[in-house]
Amino acid sequence: MNTRISKTQQSKEALSRRIITVALILLCIVWTLPTIGILVTSFRTKDVVSSSGWWQAFKTPKAFTLDNYGQVLFGQRYTVSGKNGQAIVTRGATMLSAFLSSITVTLPSVIIPIFIAAAAAYGFAWLNFPGRKILFAMIIALLVVPLQISLIPILRDYQKIGLNGTYLGIWLAHTGFGLPLATYILFNYISTLPRSILESAFIDGSSHFDCFFKLIVPLSVPALASFAIFQFIWVWNDLLVALVFLSGAAQKMEVVTVRLMNMAGTRGTDWHLLTAGAFVSMILPLIVFLSLQRYFVRGLLAGSVKG
Amino acid sequence: MNAATSEKLKPLYIIPLTFVIMAGGFTLLREGIMNQVLTTLFAVVWGTASVLLLFYSLNLLAQLLKTKQYNAVIPYIFIGPAVLIMGWYLLIPTIRSLILSFMDKKGVHFVAFENYKYVFTDPTMLTALRNTFIWLFFGTVFSVLFGLIAAVLADRSNIEKFGKTLIFLPMAISLVGAGVIWKFIYAYRPAGDTQIGLLNAVITACGGKPHNWLGTAPANNLFLIAIFIWLQTGFALVVFSAALKAVSSEMIEAARIDGAGEFRILINIIIPDIAGSIVTVSTTILLAALKCFDIVFSMTNGLYGTEVLASQQYKQMFKFLHYGRGSAIAIVILLAVSPVIWYNLKEFSKKEVF
Repeated sequence: MNTRISKTQQSKEALSRRIITVALILLCIVWTLPTIGILVTSFRTKDVVSSSGWWQAFKTPKAFTLDNYGQVLFGQRYTVSGKNGQAIVTRGATMLSAFLSSITVTLPSVIIPIFIAAAAAYGFAWLNFPGRKILFAMIIALLVVPLQISLIPILRDYQKIGLNGTYLGIWLAHTGFGLPLATYILFNYISTLPRSILESAFIDGSSHFDCFFKLIVPLSVPALASFAIFQFIWVWNDLLVALVFLSGAAQKMEVVTVRLMNMAGTRGTDWHLLTAGAFVSMILPLIVFLSLQRYFVRGLLAGSVKG
Repeated sequence: MNAATSEKLKPLYIIPLTFVIMAGGFTLLREGIMNQVLTTLFAVVWGTASVLLLFYSLNLLAQLLKTKQYNAVIPYIFIGPAVLIMGWYLLIPTIRSLILSFMDKKGVHFVAFENYKYVFTDPTMLTALRNTFIWLFFGTVFSVLFGLIAAVLADRSNIEKFGKTLIFLPMAISLVGAGVIWKFIYAYRPAGDTQIGLLNAVITACGGKPHNWLGTAPANNLFLIAIFIWLQTGFALVVFSAALKAVSSEMIEAARIDGAGEFRILINIIIPDIAGSIVTVSTTILLAALKCFDIVFSMTNGLYGTEVLASQQYKQMFKFLHYGRGSAIAIVILLAVSPVIWYNLKEFSKKEVF
């Protein structure tokens, strides 16, 4: 008797599980459909894109092309008539240079703050000094200060010392804006490491410097990775800081987000190019995200679940 | 020469070397004479090396002192660079922006509250303020709601990990990229033409008239907010999912035996249990909605009545070059954030580590 009840209950549970799974699948489809739409469109020719919806793409299998990506990466083709009336093909701004530019902006912006923040986190977690609490309280407060507040003052400083429109300027800016979060994440991690490690190191006569680089940094790799992934995606996807600090620079320094925004503004109806451009801008963060999701989530949780 | 003397001579060459590397690299990068790939590689090596050398030299310098003094100085060496940079980039700018917000366009003459008066009376600014409230409310409520629904569903489904990844995926996409994706969903053509935007295609297929989603105020704000919700739901989902795992399964089991339905369990047991996470997620999303600039800027550029505070701030500063007004808007955003700062500091002072 008992077993029969549990059996019907079990099958009831399995059924509700299936219904829930279906509901989740529906939600996932709604969430993924927009992205699929532009992915399909980015492989279609200009004519079919403007004459039929992307969901009809598989009715015209011959109209798939890689040319959109070619144009986006190496410059859009313009045909202008030359002096003698002959057609001359020129190419516009490329997404490839924007892609390289984004890498140039992102990598140092991720790497420079890491050690600075780790050292500070070590200082706050394991050393005692006057002003420790008030300085750390300052970092907590700065965690949520909107970076909008810094744009004009920093831009004025940059104009004075000649950093405006340089890569160095934007690296330092991202370092400055990323440091509170970096210090906070690393502090939370380093302060949970067992204190006995430090004590035994000092008995062996190590200096704080040795202790930090030989013990703390290797032990903190998971936290360092979390911050690195978080900062990578943040900097890569940033529009505002790039607009402000690289605005005076040449077009070859444009990053992908700025390039994509300009494309959306000027070529709002060239969907075949715009969608390909959007995918080029997303590909790297998507790869990083899918392969290192665990670290990103950890960084995100540490960065947002404050207090 | 024995080991001890060579150890003592170390600061003599390491410290100048550090200085030369830092200053030389700085100048070289500022001039921007190398090509792009070389610049990137150089910057990564230079950045890492100069940070390490800086700490190393400062440590060497400190070791020249007596042990007691060394111990007093060393903490400041570790925290110094970070504190100085944060001071330069965030703390001092806050004060400077506050001062600028009371100055005129170029930041020369004192104008008292003139800029704030502008912020709270100008018609465009009033639209921006209203829209910011709409963003804060709808953006947060729906992100949290969808995040919670997805988390509860995922927790009981057979495809938990896969489903979570798909919903979380937009978090890796830039707001500009998301803008392009949704611009395509909202694409509008006059009635009679083939609709290539999904939304209008569905509507015309059902016999309706195509709608210009982004061009009709005030509802277009909601369509912009939908993009934000699409992005932030994944974040809410991940946090809630972690919180759900911590809810006591015995309590849920007990409630089930008592005959409580799933919905009642959700309302009476699960939600009170994860209330802390709901507050944190809501706060984080509120902050993101307040500062959200990219979506409006790349989708409509603030036209058709979609201006928000953050986009107005950018325009005042970099289009109209009005430093006073730009700073005043930045200060208003900071004031809106200040309860969160205050709350975080209160929580922090309770911590035992300090």
